[in-house]
Amino acid sequence: MSLKDIHLDAKAIFQSLKTRFGDAVVELQETGFNPAFVVVSPSAILAVSRFLCDDPSMKFDSLMCLSGVDYKDNMAVAYHLHSMSLKHIVGIKTFIPKDAPRLDSVDSVWPAANFMEREAFDLFGIVFSGSIDLRRILLPEDWPGHPMRKDYVYPESYHGVKV
Amino acid sequence: MSATIDQTALPTQEMTLNMGPQHPSTHGVLRVILRTDGEVVVNARPDVGYLHRGLQKIAERNPYGSFMPFTDRLDYLASMNCNAAYAWAVEKLAGIEVPERAEFIRVIVCELNRISSHLISFGSFTADMGAFTPFLYAIRERERVNDLFEEICGNRLTYNYCRIGGVSADLTDGFLGKVKEFLDYFEPKIEEYNNLITYNKIFVGRLANVAVVSPEDCVAYGLTGPNLRGSGIPFDLRRDEPYSVYPKFDFKVCVGRGEKGQLGDCFDRYIVRIDEMRESVKILRQAIAMIPEGPVMAKVPRVFKPAAGECYFRAENPRGETGFYLISDGSANPYRCQIRTPSYVTMNIFEKVTEGLMIADIVAVIGSFDIILPEIDR
Repeated sequence: MSLKDIHLDAKAIFQSLKTRFGDAVVELQETGFNPAFVVVSPSAILAVSRFLCDDPSMKFDSLMCLSGVDYKDNMAVAYHLHSMSLKHIVGIKTFIPKDAPRLDSVDSVWPAANFMEREAFDLFGIVFSGSIDLRRILLPEDWPGHPMRKDYVYPESYHGVKV
Repeated sequence: MSATIDQTALPTQEMTLNMGPQHPSTHGVLRVILRTDGEVVVNARPDVGYLHRGLQKIAERNPYGSFMPFTDRLDYLASMNCNAAYAWAVEKLAGIEVPERAEFIRVIVCELNRISSHLISFGSFTADMGAFTPFLYAIRERERVNDLFEEICGNRLTYNYCRIGGVSADLTDGFLGKVKEFLDYFEPKIEEYNNLITYNKIFVGRLANVAVVSPEDCVAYGLTGPNLRGSGIPFDLRRDEPYSVYPKFDFKVCVGRGEKGQLGDCFDRYIVRIDEMRESVKILRQAIAMIPEGPVMAKVPRVFKPAAGECYFRAENPRGETGFYLISDGSANPYRCQIRTPSYVTMNIFEKVTEGLMIADIVAVIGSFDIILPEIDR
């Protein structure tokens, strides 16, 4: 499959999502994005995910990667999806406010999301409501703050050990 | 026929056991919190993060090229593959054309590293199962791969060989001849391993029908690489989402066949890796025959600043799909570098597949998933 096919697919997916979810689908990030991102509003993320996974024309059965991103003004969660049977790829992105980074968990759609969401929670402080198990995963339970945020201030010491 | 146990007559108490973080068969510092009922595992919860070094944060604080040595430390048994995956990701982000010879060299070193990584997987897995001898055989062969790598980049474990736009140095004179020699020596050895241990009755008994993962679960839980193919799904990024010069080669995608038990058991995941070594040999022979002459580095500016944009690239590494999600804001450092590692995602299914197994089977499950801890913890 060539890169061109992937881009065409993203446009078609965007149109299809737009007709179904209306204003909850915000825009298509295409130029400079590989794969292209469909930006959806955070309140619709679970419904959109469910649709993308179950719809026979989409069949996005595999979540390749889930990443938290700190865009300084706001935060985002990026989902990279792949369909094993139809072989197409798309990115879904949703922007959330920095002071209350909250989002529905998608681990009921793709169980693979659980560890990835735990990582985003641990390193970015993004709370995934409805998650089956949301705890810190890479850092110690009592680590202060979320280090992957751009405004993170490094602690002087941890349990009396100089960092 | 299922036996009913009168709970009042035979009261047992659940016990919580710590397996790891220092445990010889957890392949590093993995801690598994076991809840057991006698010798049966009620629940096994993995606790990861003991090796967390914040590589994703380090990536943001370094220029693109300077992050290369850190990718060595993602999966230290397959450093070349991690190197190349990162280089390909940055090149995709910046749209750099890499000279063909460099791509061939990368494929050659990646496939050599795949062989050496699968050798360690095979060796340590059999050692976990109580057969120590095959480990020594595996190490003996891997030594020769390390010698080859040492010749081209000076290092034996963390290579730092790939560069953005190519590789750090051309192959040395006579290197391809030595690779050929190694392949002639190594190919018959695979049969030797099979005779030595693969079809051993005890070994098969320990693996067959243990921790069966259904194909649907594999996809839903994001298993990739040999673990996915072990459940019978013929998906290989080298073939299905071709990158670099892989489309030029003819090779088979090995899948589990349920040879000794149910499809997707520990034995299937093991045998896929053995078969894949043969396919890597095949790719290497073709690459050696086809490698063109030419430069090994593209022209990349010294101060490298890709245009603002985002890209996700994934490559087929020995342990599965290693993906890099890179965001550039137009500066010399990546704005964000998410590293998606196969072992990390694989650990997600661990709790599910280990339910109801014996404690000794946990060791088989860890070995058959072929996890590596620095890649999980990053």
